[in-house]
Amino acid sequence: MRATKNAKAEVLPNSPASAKPEWLKKLTDGKYLMILVLPAVICLALFYYFPMYGLIIAFKDYKPFIGLLNSEWIGFDNFVRFFNYKYCWRIIKNTFLLATYNLLWNFPMPIIFALILNETKNMRFKKTVQTVSYMPHFYSTVVVVGLLTMLLSPNGGLLTRMFASIGIDASNVLYDSRWFRTLYIASGMWQSTGWSAIIYLAALTNVDPQLYEAATVDGAGKMRCLWNITLPSIAPTIITMLLLNMGSIFSVGFEKVFLLQTPSTYETSEVIATYTYMQGLRYTNYSYGAAVGLFNSIVCFILVIISNYISKTVSETSLW
Amino acid sequence: MVEKKFTIGWVLRNIFLWFIVVVMVFPFLHMLSVSLSGNVDVMKGSVSVLPMINGKIGATLGTYKHVLSNPLIFTAYRNTIVYTVLGTAAALFVLSTGAYALSKPNRLLGGKTINILIMITMFFGGGMVPTFLCIKWLGLYDTIWAVVLPGAFSAYNCIIMRTFFSQFPKEIEESGKLDGLNDIGILWYLVLPTSGAVLATIGLFVAVGQWNAFFGPLLYLNGSEKYPLQLILRQIVLQSVMDNFASGDSAAGANLQYAENSVKYATIIVSILPIIAVYPFLQKYFVKGVMIGSVKG
Repeated sequence: MRATKNAKAEVLPNSPASAKPEWLKKLTDGKYLMILVLPAVICLALFYYFPMYGLIIAFKDYKPFIGLLNSEWIGFDNFVRFFNYKYCWRIIKNTFLLATYNLLWNFPMPIIFALILNETKNMRFKKTVQTVSYMPHFYSTVVVVGLLTMLLSPNGGLLTRMFASIGIDASNVLYDSRWFRTLYIASGMWQSTGWSAIIYLAALTNVDPQLYEAATVDGAGKMRCLWNITLPSIAPTIITMLLLNMGSIFSVGFEKVFLLQTPSTYETSEVIATYTYMQGLRYTNYSYGAAVGLFNSIVCFILVIISNYISKTVSETSLW
Repeated sequence: MVEKKFTIGWVLRNIFLWFIVVVMVFPFLHMLSVSLSGNVDVMKGSVSVLPMINGKIGATLGTYKHVLSNPLIFTAYRNTIVYTVLGTAAALFVLSTGAYALSKPNRLLGGKTINILIMITMFFGGGMVPTFLCIKWLGLYDTIWAVVLPGAFSAYNCIIMRTFFSQFPKEIEESGKLDGLNDIGILWYLVLPTSGAVLATIGLFVAVGQWNAFFGPLLYLNGSEKYPLQLILRQIVLQSVMDNFASGDSAAGANLQYAENSVKYATIIVSILPIIAVYPFLQKYFVKGVMIGSVKG
């Protein structure tokens, strides 16, 4: 029993355990913890780190029948092939623009929504609005895209009819590449604004009400309070959320793009993820698909590191 | 300090919030109405947010009977339930044991390293193609384990649980030790029974994720008899795979025609019904989960 006590415990001066090196002590003292962590480590290894190891196929000419290890090394050929692909630039641009516009529109929305909702003093109304606004978060992507497709259907979709009644022809919106980004971002806004606002609402409830009282006594108006008290108080939350979102500035949710795109919108809707899927899994160019995917992950990773570094120096908020 | 009620700000705020409510609820009411309406009304396009039968307000469950009697949907529904139950159970097992051990990095050999390795997966991964190949190499392709297991462990959920477990009172753990319990016993008899909230929260996150999963099953399953609901939903709603479906089965002798939109909307409603049914009761857990997760671990 004594040996299982940690080093700080008072009883240990001449215990044999204290003579052992620390790792050996952990091995005996923590052996049950090691058993407990085993399933998680196995999952981590099999479904996260094994695929990372599998990324070496990006530098090989992987042929399933000769196996991973026997396939020939080809260096950066797959990357060169991607950069020479005639639509390469279009795909990169689409990914970047879709993700950037999405961030520009859908990052501020939950903050604005939370700020407005926070002003409401009627608690029951506040609760109702919140409950209703979370709901779409739980619909699957298939449901959201299905709903969007049906509401905008040229054959009598509800929104198409509503637009028609005020003289706007919206019958081609789903098949028009100019509208793809708008649809993607607007449906994202509908689905996630309420849910993403939770974290800001929580941050807002932690703001000390005395600050507002003091400011009001000093003659500060509503906007002044918002600018000088509310926003600085929730700034760390905003920055942390922004950092978490920065990694996604170069990646888009595969599912929704895949479900929402039609061949007629490829001009704006073909992104790296859908291209990877098409090349890597549909046409089974595994190595090439893995290379394109790896390129995407690396760019995302670099963006997170850069933005974290900037945030660390500017505001002392960082992810790690 | 009594505030004046009807300022311009108050009016604008309420307009905005009511607008949000309408925008959020409207599509759902429309789906419900169309799926409950008579087919003539649906085809004429006269249904908005109230169900109609022959031009008057009324409802029929005919479309739902038709949808639920479809064997394809029935199988998919059963598959989804199986995947959700197994996936949630696997996740709770892996996460609660792992997170408990990792909440004691000072006593666990390599605990700090594992925590860092978990962090890394939040920002970098193998990607679609290597993951797919690994599933194949592991022999999981086209088995239900390919759908159930990869989602069991996730960095985000693990960190939420770890944060929660690290707040468990040390004195209680010590007293458990004095009673001769090892770490597994402490977790099972002392920690887990008082961790209902976090287990419910994470369980619900995983369950909703499994229920709505589309991409994994699309990649890792090959036969439609294993397909979950979301894949069938996509076939019906987005690809309009309705041969012998919208037109009613003549074998039953019925010459009923079902409006395509009613069938699609009814299928959607059927697929989200379980979530809607439990949602009001479980909402607080979902919200709590986001809150625990926001505490930096």
